[in-house]
Amino acid sequence: MAKITFITSDNETITLEGTSGSVMALAVDNGIKGIDGDCGGVCSCATCHVHVAAEDMDKTGSASEIEADMLELDDNVDEFSRLCCQLEISDSIDGIVLKVAK
Amino acid sequence: MNRIVYLLVKNGYLSEKNYIQFCRTIGEIPFNKISNQDYHMKKSELPDPFEKARLDKGYGKMNDQNDPVTMLLRLKDVRKSAHDYKTFQSAAKPGRIVVPSEVNIRDTRQIPFEVDPPQHGEYRAIVEPWFKRPLLPEYQEKLTAQISTLVDGILNKDNLEVINEFALPLQSRALTLLLNAPYSEAETWISWGTHVFRSEGEALDSDKANILYNYIDDQIDRAVKNPGEDMYSLLLSSEFQGKKLTKEEVKGVMVLTFAGGRDTVINAVTNSISYLAEHPEALERFRKEPEIIGKAVEEFIRYFSPLTQMGRVVTEDTQVCEHAIKADSRISLCWASANRDASVFESPNEIVLDRKINPHVGFGFSHHNCLGATHARQILKILLNTLAEKVESIEIMDCKENIEHLDEFERKVGFNSIHVKFKSLT
Repeated sequence: MAKITFITSDNETITLEGTSGSVMALAVDNGIKGIDGDCGGVCSCATCHVHVAAEDMDKTGSASEIEADMLELDDNVDEFSRLCCQLEISDSIDGIVLKVAK
Repeated sequence: MNRIVYLLVKNGYLSEKNYIQFCRTIGEIPFNKISNQDYHMKKSELPDPFEKARLDKGYGKMNDQNDPVTMLLRLKDVRKSAHDYKTFQSAAKPGRIVVPSEVNIRDTRQIPFEVDPPQHGEYRAIVEPWFKRPLLPEYQEKLTAQISTLVDGILNKDNLEVINEFALPLQSRALTLLLNAPYSEAETWISWGTHVFRSEGEALDSDKANILYNYIDDQIDRAVKNPGEDMYSLLLSSEFQGKKLTKEEVKGVMVLTFAGGRDTVINAVTNSISYLAEHPEALERFRKEPEIIGKAVEEFIRYFSPLTQMGRVVTEDTQVCEHAIKADSRISLCWASANRDASVFESPNEIVLDRKINPHVGFGFSHHNCLGATHARQILKILLNTLAEKVESIEIMDCKENIEHLDEFERKVGFNSIHVKFKSLT
């Protein structure tokens, strides 16, 4: 079980609990604004872009090369950017805070 | 052996001329394009004609009605150039960024497709929520009912021509949902045939295009008189930069909606059926693991790349892959080639149904990515679900390939006709 907090672009804070699957799927299932996950989680649409809180980066790790290539051309990209379809829910990411990019 | 030689020729490692000369020298009969089909392992296979050029230089050239196109073939270049709307513009003369060019058959600017940022974003914001409606459960229920009825009607039919009797009605009926138009309108659209700008064969046909334009004009006039809940009415009541959209702007969005999602959806549906015919185990897998269907849809879009390429007009002298490109000439973003780029996709020429990382550009990329993608994805998802639920196997009786002739390259994009039989799951 992991608790994951999303902060949307209108500064709403929502904390969700999940046990498996991707963070994107959890967000989409719960209607988190700004996370569309159009491609269903195969890293082709970049509609699940989040900024990981700096202190949580060691839990999530940084983007893979393919993910970074997708993010590279996004206007809001920074060193904390991840596509959350590539974040698997597990105990090890419990407590992370994600700021939705869009 | 013959297949290997065939692939060498097909992929450009061996020129056709040299090959024919070689055959003459050794007294062998060269095989020709008509017998090509025998050399495909599978009818559903779409070979990648771009591999050699993509590896060697990264671009290809094609002439198109005396307005040549430099085709970008590598995924990274395609993405970068798609994103760089200042150098590679869409807001050129209407029809010019399409390959083959449509400048001779239309003056209406397709919106938001042929507009660049920042205006593009404002137009896109008007239509984006409407085009996300396929995510709503009631939309999906209606689409499921449509597809389910269609499939029930063709099960066990002895000889079904997929394009005209299945893919075209499916696409047209689904479009009534996207437009929120009466279901009966689909009959009119079906009667137009598979391509709204082209008659049978390749040539652009202005008479045919006019059928669509006149129809849309009539529909806009109807919606002006009797506003309803349909897409025409929504657009007529929307504003761009503080002013109501003009009829011409509304027409521009509607032409895009009709043209962009027609042969693309038809190709995706038809190619999916031919794949399933040759891979019945995929249907079985969808029954056992329905959760992979979303991934399978993305993989089909990558592999089939229903739209081969989209052009841009170069605004200043520049270069791609160390090749100089002059201002006011054209490049194209070759989605079909980028989607087989082995530097990104492992086993690019194989369909891996549950491919986990799949950063394809089958729906384009960046600002101008496909507006209809949400609708298209739902169509394919529901189609695969429905077929898995009702169909045991599909048999291909006969088919004719649809080959795009792109000068240096010949790309199979799907079929001109394909006759099959669906065997129901009992």
